Amino acid sequence: MSKIASGYDPAVGPRTTGTTTVIRPRSSIYDRNLHRARHDISVSSLSFLFMEMVSMNLNQAKSLIELERKLNNLGYSIGTKVLELASLRENFNNNLTSSGKSNVSKREIKVLDILHFITSVIWPSLFEKPADNLEKSSESNCQYMIIDNAPVLMKYISVPKEYEGLNCEAFVAGIVEGILDSTFFKCEVSAHTVPVEGHLGRTVYLINFDEELIARETQ
Amino acid sequence: MSKQIKQLGDDVWKTKVEKVNSELFTLTYGSIVAQLCRDFNNNYEEVNAQTYKMGYNIGVRLIDEFLQKTQLSRCSSFRDTAEIVSKVGFKMFLNIVPNITNWTSDMTTFSLILTENPLADFVELPDDGKAVKELWYSNILCGVLRGALEMVQLDCEVGFISDVLRGDETTELRVRLVQVLKDEIPAGEE
Repeated sequence: MSKIASGYDPAVGPRTTGTTTVIRPRSSIYDRNLHRARHDISVSSLSFLFMEMVSMNLNQAKSLIELERKLNNLGYSIGTKVLELASLRENFNNNLTSSGKSNVSKREIKVLDILHFITSVIWPSLFEKPADNLEKSSESNCQYMIIDNAPVLMKYISVPKEYEGLNCEAFVAGIVEGILDSTFFKCEVSAHTVPVEGHLGRTVYLINFDEELIARETQ
Repeated sequence: MSKQIKQLGDDVWKTKVEKVNSELFTLTYGSIVAQLCRDFNNNYEEVNAQTYKMGYNIGVRLIDEFLQKTQLSRCSSFRDTAEIVSKVGFKMFLNIVPNITNWTSDMTTFSLILTENPLADFVELPDDGKAVKELWYSNILCGVLRGALEMVQLDCEVGFISDVLRGDETTELRVRLVQVLKDEIPAGEE
């Protein structure tokens, strides 16, 4: 029996161990640039998909509240991802333009700042327009409202009478909640249709922050 | 003929389609599939069936918009159908133009090669070792084609045979014409 030498033998040079399995090199999605070329699709495709998603969940849900909760959950998982993506892109862009100022890669820790980030950065990245308004509730310290006069996903949806009160934008409320939760702004977000003249689909995303959080803010 | 069809697709896309960034679309579909995988306990056969069904529901309605915007009349051959599906249909809804290839000699079956796929951008299949063998991530497209073609009397079988998400070289979708359905009077309207 020949003695099997371990380690690298300079007299022999590199050799295979015999049992190597060939792993096919696969480029993973993490190797790809986050700044992809913009690709447009038809609004109809998005609406069709959204409608199917709503109807699929409608069939499974026992009540409208459950349906809204399901839509909210679906949005939530998107929110956490969108936040990461938007922050990476945003910081990258800032670093390119701000000639090395140190305040660019900051993390938002104030309620107003993060809400502003959502309405002016997240909204355009998802819906191609900023949110129409950001308001603070006059009744409660903990409540803020993001307002969209014409939500993209609601464009081709009309809610029948028997589903009164349902707002499919619960999905988007879920996205907002996902974003706020993963930045440690504990809150609940719900969507409400509040039509005004000229904007029948106007939706208010009501954000109910945790009281502790507002207390933290005023410290 | 092929050139005219391409021109038509481009024109419809440019002038008649309202556009939106595909990112929300990609993310939304991703969360749907993820939910289905959870709901069906990673039974990917079921997930495939469900996304196919969703697609079918979309297809039977989508064809209306397609016909209205393109004003196309009946195709003279299945070959034309393939061209129109790719250069007009895919173009106006997803802004991609899959390559048509691998025709069978009887001209009833062709493949669409999707070089881009807005549904599957930045997607990774679950790494349980099962998904790469069983899950057809973009199966909703098959359902859409099946539904839309059925509405124009073409009874087709549509299915993926490879997908880059699974590590395949290409994403290939196979369309087989089973039969041309006869015009039938809708039930109750005799």
